[in-house]
Amino acid sequence: MSGMSKIVKTISSITFPFVFIYGLYVIAHGHLTPGGGFQGGAIVASGCAMILVAYGSVWTMGKIKEKNLSILESLGGFCFILLAFLGLGFGTGFFNNLFVGNEFLFGETPKFNSVAANFNTAGVIPLMNFAVGLKVIAGLFAIVLVMAYASSIREDEK
Amino acid sequence: MILDLDLVQIIHIVLPILIVVASILAVVLKDLLAAAIAVAAMSLLLSLEFYILQAPDVAIAEAGIGACLTTAILIIAIRGTKRMEEDA
Repeated sequence: MSGMSKIVKTISSITFPFVFIYGLYVIAHGHLTPGGGFQGGAIVASGCAMILVAYGSVWTMGKIKEKNLSILESLGGFCFILLAFLGLGFGTGFFNNLFVGNEFLFGETPKFNSVAANFNTAGVIPLMNFAVGLKVIAGLFAIVLVMAYASSIREDEK
Repeated sequence: MILDLDLVQIIHIVLPILIVVASILAVVLKDLLAAAIAVAAMSLLLSLEFYILQAPDVAIAEAGIGACLTTAILIIAIRGTKRMEEDA
């Protein structure tokens, strides 16, 4: 697949940053609003699939290799399980939320009866959301990319 | 009037019927591209149903995975094979 017309390419190039930022918003606010790592990662992967359909699989495969996506996916899974084992090593048990109540990132404790959502809370949960989001983005986009690339190779052989 | 329904109850009745219609279309249609679109429509209606059942988390996942990525994968697979279903 060699890509679609110039109109489709332009419109998908304009739309892609908004989809990307919205997916990152869903990932980053996973501990406050509906959504989280998986949902936001699915949204970002949908935007990447839109770019893939508009520009063609050969162009996208030239920009980002499937092996690099595989490395990113493994990195996300590794970060997730590393955070879980940090809770086992420095806290009380597996998946223990050991960053809660600290002074720096994501450490505040919300006041009792507070209505406004405080982004800087929840300890280790946002970091785990980021890890899961990275894993889902890389995994789902790798599936779609490999599938489109394989079918385009088959088209060339005909 | 016997059936005194408000808007949300009407949506709760209409949406499952539309989901069943879209599912039957996805099975019956011989054009596989149209069947993939029917699956996407079923998934979108299902995410709307999840949303009005107050599960927005599941609704976001269903809309992202079911209505977008699954349709993309199905259409790519149809492009690699044949579009029309053959008679058995």
